[in-house]
Amino acid sequence: MSGFSWDWAYALSILPELLRGLMITVQATLLATAIALPLGLVLILIRVAGIPVVSRAVWFLIEFLRGTPFLIQLYFIFYVMPNYGVTLSPFTTGVIALGIYGAARAAELYRAGIEALPPGQWEACMVLGLPLPFVWRGVVMPQVVPVVTPMLGNLVIVMFKDSAVLSTITVLELVATAKDIGVMTFRYLEPLTLAGLLFWIVSYAAAHGVRHLEARHAGR
Amino acid sequence: MPGDDRIAATGGRPPMVRMAGVSKAFDGRTVLDAVDFAVRAGEKVTLIGPSGSGKTTILRLAIGLTKPDAGLIEIDGRYLWHEIRAGQLVDAGERHARGVRRVVGMVFQQFNLFPHMTALQNVRDPTIQVLGLTRDEAESRAVELLTQVGLADHMAKRPAQLSGGQQQRVAIARALALRPKVMLFDEVTSALDPELVGEVLRVIRELAHATDMAMLLVTHEISFAEDIADRVLMFDAGRIVEDGPPAQVLKDPTHPRTRQFLRAIIER
Repeated sequence: MSGFSWDWAYALSILPELLRGLMITVQATLLATAIALPLGLVLILIRVAGIPVVSRAVWFLIEFLRGTPFLIQLYFIFYVMPNYGVTLSPFTTGVIALGIYGAARAAELYRAGIEALPPGQWEACMVLGLPLPFVWRGVVMPQVVPVVTPMLGNLVIVMFKDSAVLSTITVLELVATAKDIGVMTFRYLEPLTLAGLLFWIVSYAAAHGVRHLEARHAGR
Repeated sequence: MPGDDRIAATGGRPPMVRMAGVSKAFDGRTVLDAVDFAVRAGEKVTLIGPSGSGKTTILRLAIGLTKPDAGLIEIDGRYLWHEIRAGQLVDAGERHARGVRRVVGMVFQQFNLFPHMTALQNVRDPTIQVLGLTRDEAESRAVELLTQVGLADHMAKRPAQLSGGQQQRVAIARALALRPKVMLFDEVTSALDPELVGEVLRVIRELAHATDMAMLLVTHEISFAEDIADRVLMFDAGRIVEDGPPAQVLKDPTHPRTRQFLRAIIER
C-alpha cells in the first residue's frame, strides 16, 4: 500500500467522518446565512436612510468588511474579543464572523437591487404621498427581492466555501476533519480529495438551484 | 363659445396653484425664468410649447418633485416650501411640503404603476395607506374608479398584462382615488402607440367635463387641448409667452413663437 496510489477501502472508511465534517460546514453556513441576509438588509437600510453620522459609519463598516480578508476578521473576533471579556466557542465565533462578513456583501447586493429600481417608482410613491414604511415594505422590497435572490444564493455558495477558513480557529468542519485524518494516518490524498469533492458536489447542486431561481425570475 | 362659459364658471374662485417668480436651473441651464401664473379651482389649463421649454418642470414643481431655485409656489392657499411664522415668510422643509401637496395628483408619461401589484391593488392600496380607508372601503372605491375608466374586466391583471393605454387608465384611477383637488397630466399619451391614445384622452376629457378638479395638462395633442382647456399657456425658453383661451392662443396666436410652434405641430 503506497501513499501515492488511491486506496478505495481507506477512502470508504474515512467517508463517515468527513460527512460529519461536512455537516458542521453546512450548519455553520446556514447559521451564518441566517445572520447575513437580515443583517445585510438592516445595514443597507440604515445606509440609505441618510441619518447623520450613523449612515456614514455604516457605510464605512460595510466598506471595511468588504475590503479586508475574512481571515483577519475571524482572528480579530477569536483572539482579540476575549481580551474584552467576550469568549465564545470556536463554532459560535466562526458563525458570527462569517455572518457579519456575509452581511457586508449582502448589503452591497441589496444596494445594487435598490438602485436598479426605475426612478419612476420612487416618484410614484412620492406623488401618492405613500408613507415611507409602506414604500419599503410594499413597493421597493417586493421588486428588489426577486432581483437579488439569485445573487444572494451565489453569496451563500461563496460563504459555504469560505467557511473552510473556520478550520484555522479549530472548528472541526470539513477541511479541518480532512487534515486531522491526514495527520493521524499520514495519508492526505484520499481525505483532501474527498473533502474537495464534497465541497464541489454541494456547491454544484446549490448553483443549479440558484440558476433555477434565476430562470424563474426571468420567466415572469 | 363654450370655453368662455367655463372661464366664467371658474372666475372669482381662489387660485388652486399659484407660482410667483419661480425659477429653476438644472446644471446651470435655466429651465424656468421667473414664471408667474395661477390656476383657479376647477380650471383646466393646457401647457404647450417646444420640448425643453419648461412645461414638465412646472408640473414637477407643482407637486414638489422638484424644488424651485427661487420664487413662491402656493397650493390650495398654502405655500409649498414656505410657511408664515410670526408674520414672517420662512423656509419650510420636506415634511411641510408633503402635507401641502397632498391635494395634488399626478399622472406620468411612463405610467409608473407598481409592477408587482394588480390593477386593483395599484388603485386600492394607496387609499388604505394615505387616506386610511378600511380594506372594504378602499376596494369598493378602487372598483368604482376602475369601472369608470373602463377597466372593470381587467382589475386582476398586473401592469405587464395590460396595454399601454390600459396601464395609463389605471394610473389615472390610482391618482383619482386619493381625491385630489388638482390633477397634473405630464404628456400622458406620448409613450403610447397611436391607436391607444384615443382611449386615454377620452377618459381625461370625461373627467374634465364631469369633475370640479383643477387640471394642468402638458400635451402635444392640440385638438384635445382646444376641446378641454379653459386656458392655454404657451411656454418658450422658460417663460410663458402667451396665455389665453384656446380659441385665441390656438387659432389666433399673437406671439410669433406660438405661431411657429403650432405650424410645426400641424405639419408633423
